[in-house]
Amino acid sequence: MPMRSIWRTLDRGLARDIGLVCLADGVVGLSYGAISVGGGLPLWVPILLSIVVFAGASQFLFVGIVAAGGSPIAAMIAGLLVNTRHVAFGLAVSDVIGGGWRRFPGSHLMTDENVAFAMGQDELKQKRAAYWAGGIGIFICWNIGVVIGGLAGSIITDTDVFGLDAAFPAVLLALVLPALRDRSIRTPALVAAVVALAATPFLPAGVPVLLALGGLLFYRAEKPALEVAS
Amino acid sequence: MNVLMLVGIGVLAVGTFSLRFAGPALRSRFEVPERAQQLLAAAAIVLLTALVATSALTQGHGPAGVARPAGVLVAGVLAWRKAPFVLVVVAAAATAAGLRLLGVP
Repeated sequence: MPMRSIWRTLDRGLARDIGLVCLADGVVGLSYGAISVGGGLPLWVPILLSIVVFAGASQFLFVGIVAAGGSPIAAMIAGLLVNTRHVAFGLAVSDVIGGGWRRFPGSHLMTDENVAFAMGQDELKQKRAAYWAGGIGIFICWNIGVVIGGLAGSIITDTDVFGLDAAFPAVLLALVLPALRDRSIRTPALVAAVVALAATPFLPAGVPVLLALGGLLFYRAEKPALEVAS
Repeated sequence: MNVLMLVGIGVLAVGTFSLRFAGPALRSRFEVPERAQQLLAAAAIVLLTALVATSALTQGHGPAGVARPAGVLVAGVLAWRKAPFVLVVVAAAATAAGLRLLGVP
């Protein structure tokens, strides 16, 4: 989908919502850059990770492990585990991304936030616009944030002071809630949440959320009304 | 050390891209029936919900304290009552930040 038609399809409200998430991610990028450099890593490490990996949770984990004296290989494995959830996202949004060459940039721009934005729209055209605008916007803001944070060092190392750690789950929650009004999805989603929480103390980061996919065992697709009537 | 770092970052980048690309690559090869598409959409929602739960309530392998869950709870109530998205997100951050200012962990 060409850029011009992305902007034409996005309504003002949705564009504003996406803009807010981009801004919040930019501030988190600031703290990630600052924490990495503050932890003794050279500036190119957080910046390179942000461009070529572009997955916040795995980047925080990677620099955390390396800055604490761990091996980059261990950090890489931990990062990959956290990112396995993208397989399920990719299966869900492949129509939204589109075919041909678009699959390459479209896959790289996949984040929790723009997947959630896309799932929250009704029509394919809107889903596409939300996914691409969200992905491109977050990529730009995140990377600018990381560079500034890395250069400025210790201005913002703790975004918890601004409550940004609560903003991230709030964003995802607001985006999935409409889908959760449907009971056929709500039950498996709640089971998944419980499973992930129960597994978190015992398993490496990323694995509990994968286990949570077991909640799908409780998924029953809505039956067509006719079938129920007969 | 720098070589090892580059290898770590490089493999993480290629691996992450492959994980992201797997879905689009598979689905452009096969026709996916309607019911399977519903299931895949449900899987994304289920995964995002689990992510909300873990990122709201846990930090590392332990609990996330009080301020963050409280902020997310406020956001959940507002979102359920169909408040505007911006208000939901700002309220979450403001609640958590406000509680921390008062010394709540």
